[in-house]
Amino acid sequence: MATKLKQVDAVVVGMGWTGSIMARELTKAGLNVVGLERGENRVPSEDFALPGIRDELKYRQRFELMLDNSVETLTMRHAPNETAVPMRRWGAFPLGDGVGGAGTHWNGVTWRTIPSELRLRSHLTERYGRGAIPADLTVQDFGVSYDELEPHFDRFEKLCGTSGKAGNLRGSIQEGGNPFEAPRQNEYPNKPMIMSQAGLIFTEAAKRAGMHPFPTPSSNNSAAYTNPEGMTLGACQYCGHCEYFGCESNSKASPNICIMPVLRQDTRFELRTHAYVKSLNYDRRAKKLTGVTYINRNTGEEMEQPADLVVLCAYPFNNVNLLLSAGIGRPYDPSTGRGVVGKNYCLQTMSGVQIFVADEINPFIGTGVNPAAVDDFQGDNFDHSGLGFFGGGYLYPTVSGGRPIQVRGVPPGTPRWGSAWKKATTEWYNHTFPINAHGTSYPSRTNYIDLDPTYKDAIGRPLTRTTFNYSDNDRKMSVFLTEKVMEIARAANAKVIGNPNPRTGNFDNISGQSSHHTGGAIMGTDPRSSVVNRYLQNWEASNLFVMGGATFPQNPGYNPTGLLAALAYWSADAITTKYIKSPGPLMQA
Amino acid sequence: MADTNVPRRSFLKGAGAAGTLAATVLTGALPRPAEAQSAPAPAAQPAPQPEPMLTLTATEAAFLSAVYDTIIPADALSPSGTDCGLVTYVDRQLAGAWGSGARMYRNGPFIPSKAEYGYQLPLTPREYFAAGIKATNAWTTKPYGKEFDRLSPSDRAATLTAMEQSQAQFEGLDAKPFFEALLQSAMEGFFADPIYGGNRNKVAWRMIGYPGLPATWAGKALEYRGKKVTIEPQSIADFS
Repeated sequence: MATKLKQVDAVVVGMGWTGSIMARELTKAGLNVVGLERGENRVPSEDFALPGIRDELKYRQRFELMLDNSVETLTMRHAPNETAVPMRRWGAFPLGDGVGGAGTHWNGVTWRTIPSELRLRSHLTERYGRGAIPADLTVQDFGVSYDELEPHFDRFEKLCGTSGKAGNLRGSIQEGGNPFEAPRQNEYPNKPMIMSQAGLIFTEAAKRAGMHPFPTPSSNNSAAYTNPEGMTLGACQYCGHCEYFGCESNSKASPNICIMPVLRQDTRFELRTHAYVKSLNYDRRAKKLTGVTYINRNTGEEMEQPADLVVLCAYPFNNVNLLLSAGIGRPYDPSTGRGVVGKNYCLQTMSGVQIFVADEINPFIGTGVNPAAVDDFQGDNFDHSGLGFFGGGYLYPTVSGGRPIQVRGVPPGTPRWGSAWKKATTEWYNHTFPINAHGTSYPSRTNYIDLDPTYKDAIGRPLTRTTFNYSDNDRKMSVFLTEKVMEIARAANAKVIGNPNPRTGNFDNISGQSSHHTGGAIMGTDPRSSVVNRYLQNWEASNLFVMGGATFPQNPGYNPTGLLAALAYWSADAITTKYIKSPGPLMQA
Repeated sequence: MADTNVPRRSFLKGAGAAGTLAATVLTGALPRPAEAQSAPAPAAQPAPQPEPMLTLTATEAAFLSAVYDTIIPADALSPSGTDCGLVTYVDRQLAGAWGSGARMYRNGPFIPSKAEYGYQLPLTPREYFAAGIKATNAWTTKPYGKEFDRLSPSDRAATLTAMEQSQAQFEGLDAKPFFEALLQSAMEGFFADPIYGGNRNKVAWRMIGYPGLPATWAGKALEYRGKKVTIEPQSIADFS
């Protein structure tokens, strides 16, 4: 029997980027907010301190900061006619955990998105004609425009102190920035990071190949910075330990550095860690949530937390799992294409090639954010007529740290062990880096999320089942994008070029792929094809809002944090300026 | 078959018979790679005292020693895998939480499935290594009449190659993923911070020129750009 707690104004489930943004905006609007976080309470000065944080075995190989698979994992299968099996250990990607969530271990790559991705179905239909989109390509419009999100992208960049160079300032193309960028009202808060040798090689090669390179927008921070919340971030140390690691110099923006210190001081906010939300308590007749029930993981006790407003800010899988478990919204059925919850699950389509050069690369002096990128082949930045696919991505060199267990490129044909391997590793360790493509992942009818019928998590809830494989569209896209990577590689004066690896095989849980998961609780303007409306409010339960990558109808070819944070600010703005005054649906179905 | 009855003494001494001619104790910095390639192999030195094992049996330690000396042979670039501490490394890993299956989803049912879905056996890593070692030794005993660690260096290499290329069919265990687990453990032990027992004297970091800690390069990122950085590497232990 659950212990019933005192009613609060709002409960936020999950304290990563969107949870901390939402908790901050709601408390500022005068609401009493409880933040429930399943994992640890993390204190950077304690948990991310030198020397122990520079431990590749512990944090990269053993995933110390990540979700423990024995607490919860996913099951996987390629197609609806297979039996899914659990990911017993992370292979394709790890998922975040604890206060800060994925915002603790991210690399800090902070993109906006191009406007066409936000209205993809409309855009492709307008440009390529009715019928140009194949039936299996279930792309949709987000229901919110770039112009509406622009001030919210801006807020997130200012929260993080993002370092970069504007490419399009209020419609005027800027030298040195990304010429494909949508118009921005303001420059980045910080100047670009120091460009590494690999960044210089890439930049010159991309120019020779006729492309338009620019410094990648980075929340690793080129200089100390105080954000509008009054929080001070340090300058990046180029330590090469961003992804999988916490940041000891407080320079990589994260919820723990940018927002949590303010919330921890706020009497309207209460953080409860080790609180594993078990269910959404749904009054079907009233079409309202009455609150949530969680397990206190320290004591095993079941607690019921009544709330007027519930905001799901957990990872996409958990947000979707909670909706499906509560029976809120019709589950997606791949055989009919009907239903919405779990629909349009997407990943990211990654590929690349290793190049070997004469230059000293010093891969250990690096940041999580790739130093440079080109956006010429992003989304629909180029004409897709006759190509047989839609989508694209940005191209970039990866030098995010020379951590030697993981980062050791050797030329094709080198054995994987023995004296010849040792010799090649020694010769090339400091003279190689990959050029990669970070591609769109567009939805298909058979890629979706539901509840696993067999496997359970540590508190007895069904695991989330993923049914996913790379679609024909995305494989063709990856072949195209990888060839563009090769154009840069061939222009880079490389001594050796490795074998390109376009994403033409099956999805697997062995090789690292991407932890950018989207979809399952997608946003839109029609309840028959979306789970939440354009304000991220659930169509059925109007006091339930869902944040994060789960709301993307498709995954643009950008790292998702910038977009999901902007959407959180956009939704918070609608809640605090409209919903609180008059609770109820913000859009009519 | 006669020598299979000889009790294994320490895995280090056993390994010596199979050709760790260049076994060495690292007391100082290795030569830089450029010099190393023209320099003769480090001279043979007395083997370190055998370290007590936390979990590995003598047979298992001898097997892993032979595997690691094949994956990382002693040559001008580094001592053998065993002399770099890899058996100590894997012994500690298998004896600890990771070896016991911590942070691993271990609920059934355990369904044979596509290799692409990753590891699906009910065994913990400790149990998996035990099973893999038994299966490999049983397999080599058929053609060679000997367990793996008693094979010549070339037969050891041929065995690992057969496993890597899925040509070896083991009884009750898939050879290829076990090979991958062995290779992964070798690379982890060789390149991880020396606090875990491998990478003794930061030998692997010196070999490739990885400077280790503290990696606070803010003032140097421009100065060192495109230039060779020659720094004595430092471990977590050097700051503790």
